[in-house]
Amino acid sequence: MNEREIAELKKLLKDTLPPAGDAELRRDLWPAMLRRLDERPVRVPWWDWALLAGVIALFCFFPGIIPALLYQL
Amino acid sequence: MELLERFAAGDLEAFETLFRQYQSAVFRWIMRIVRNTATAEDLTVEAFWRVYRARARFDAVSGNFGGWLRRIATNVAIDHLRRTRTEVPLPEDLPGIATSRPGEQAEMRRQIQCALSKLSPRLRGAVLLALVEEEPYGEIAQALGISVNAVKVRVFRGVRILRKELSRVGVHP
Repeated sequence: MNEREIAELKKLLKDTLPPAGDAELRRDLWPAMLRRLDERPVRVPWWDWALLAGVIALFCFFPGIIPALLYQL
Repeated sequence: MELLERFAAGDLEAFETLFRQYQSAVFRWIMRIVRNTATAEDLTVEAFWRVYRARARFDAVSGNFGGWLRRIATNVAIDHLRRTRTEVPLPEDLPGIATSRPGEQAEMRRQIQCALSKLSPRLRGAVLLALVEEEPYGEIAQALGISVNAVKVRVFRGVRILRKELSRVGVHP
């Protein structure tokens, strides 16, 4: 493939797809930005933490299951 | 204190000033990659959200805010292409170029969109910016955080795949 082929494809793309770079913003986005800033971060439910603690405890008390689990992955 | 220093320190008014100053430019840049107005608006907000969260890492004294912002906006747009890759072909809400055969042009446009959707998001972003938007390779490289040569390689690979896909459906550029 050479420069000519790239130029041909470029022409085809430009003839078919209009450039989008001149699009104008239709509205002020600051109110949307403020709403985004006010959103609370996602909270992890307490039972997810409990489940994680349980898994960690299981690995601590029965470390032999770690290679068995890894083998299954 | 300078505007960028106040922003880096978490001053919301400074952030608003920067937001209003750069929102149109960021929107237009994202629009070049995602080519859909509503999506570009949402992603502009997402880009500034990431910028605000990362403000402490910005070097307010010697950093280039515009370049940093554009790089984050590019990542946001590419992430979007990655998320929507399997769902739909490239969205397009821009008016077509006027032609005497609108039906034929619509079909050609659909085939090109279909071929573009076969590209990975990284290649698609590079191809759209370089070939459709005619952005200088240097600017694309800065926005993607890669070298100019790497951009050329992406464009080359993208063109090769596009030509192959278009040839498959009988379109020979």
